[in-house]
Amino acid sequence: MLPELYNYWVVIILMMIGFYIVIVQGNLIKKLIGLNIFQTSVFIFYISVGKVAGGSAPIVAEGVSVYSNPLPHVLILTAIVVGIATMALALALVVRIKNAYGTVEEEELQERDLRC
Amino acid sequence: MLAGIYGLLSASFFVSMDAVDVAFTEAAVGAGVFPLLMLTALTVAGRYEQTAHRRPRAAFFLVLVTGALLILGTLDMPPFGSPDAPAHTHVAARYIQASPTEIGIPNMVTSVLADYRAFDTLGEVVVVFTAVVGVLILLTSGEQRQQSSPANAVETMRSHMILRVVSKMLIPLMLLFALYVQFHGEYGPGGGFQAGVIFAAAIILYAMLFGLAKAQAAIKPSILRLLAAFGVLLYGGVGVVSFLTGVNYLDYSRLAADPVAGRHIGILVIELGVGITVAAAMILIFYAFAGYATGRVEAE
Repeated sequence: MLPELYNYWVVIILMMIGFYIVIVQGNLIKKLIGLNIFQTSVFIFYISVGKVAGGSAPIVAEGVSVYSNPLPHVLILTAIVVGIATMALALALVVRIKNAYGTVEEEELQERDLRC
Repeated sequence: MLAGIYGLLSASFFVSMDAVDVAFTEAAVGAGVFPLLMLTALTVAGRYEQTAHRRPRAAFFLVLVTGALLILGTLDMPPFGSPDAPAHTHVAARYIQASPTEIGIPNMVTSVLADYRAFDTLGEVVVVFTAVVGVLILLTSGEQRQQSSPANAVETMRSHMILRVVSKMLIPLMLLFALYVQFHGEYGPGGGFQAGVIFAAAIILYAMLFGLAKAQAAIKPSILRLLAAFGVLLYGGVGVVSFLTGVNYLDYSRLAADPVAGRHIGILVIELGVGITVAAAMILIFYAFAGYATGRVEAE
């Protein structure tokens, strides 16, 4: 039973690494990298769920009767592209913050906000 | 660099789990576009951070507890690869059985993406488009800087002779490959999303090696903006056309006399729309970042 779940555990470890980075790092760009790792772990989770033992890729071929689940593939495929687009939006925000405040460190940002 | 390797690694991970379509996308995005975006953003935001970590121990504890709880949760999950997991027993089984006869194309991922869940995909394309609009608003508003920028921040690779010669040979092949992926998406792994990203990666490579100004002269940002909107419109337009034929939004069955052929046409057209929007969006995002970085370096 237990070794069959290792895939999910890898996902959780990755997810927690990302989570930890998001919490601990003060640098906004590093936070985004953490968020990206978190996101990838979710992708891997979905694809793991879609895998069927002994199944082939979901493209119809002769002599193949077991296919992996195509639905998670579709969801993640679009999620990756949407993810990079939203990540770009986040990076753009960071760049503007850097421009307005001169820093991307969270603590310094809060200090400056309080001073105003 | 590390991000690139990470992207490539997770792509091979997806191949091992039969998700070739996803692996394609991840390889192009994770190993190509994402690290480049990060690099250009880092040139603007500064490479170094002050090491001011806040209460790492409390955070570590929190993360540990959350992780432990999640692992506890997995104990109830069906084993990895089990064919009778709940995820495989509902709608997925129907997709696998019915899509070859209903849609008539071998790649189930494409038929689910572009037909069964076409409305979903339309939403995703609109999200990509909106994100681009946001990036453009954030980075190109204010003074117009990109217009006159002979010096370039992302031109640092210009002096690499070997890179330039090799990429000169590779870029046409990449573009050709993108088109192949675009139009072969029904039969093999591929489709609009992947093709768009690969296409954009080729153009971005060109911009990195030969300078932003040259790339912008070859593919103008104003045209790209139009194209990004055009792709979404094309997608939505197919839906309206299917309205006019008397069926539901994005139901392609009456686009041709034979429903299967009609679906074929519909999928081709909306994949084209997706491809155009994604490619234009990615290139525009890169232009915006690179142009912004250039402007900053000149100002300093």
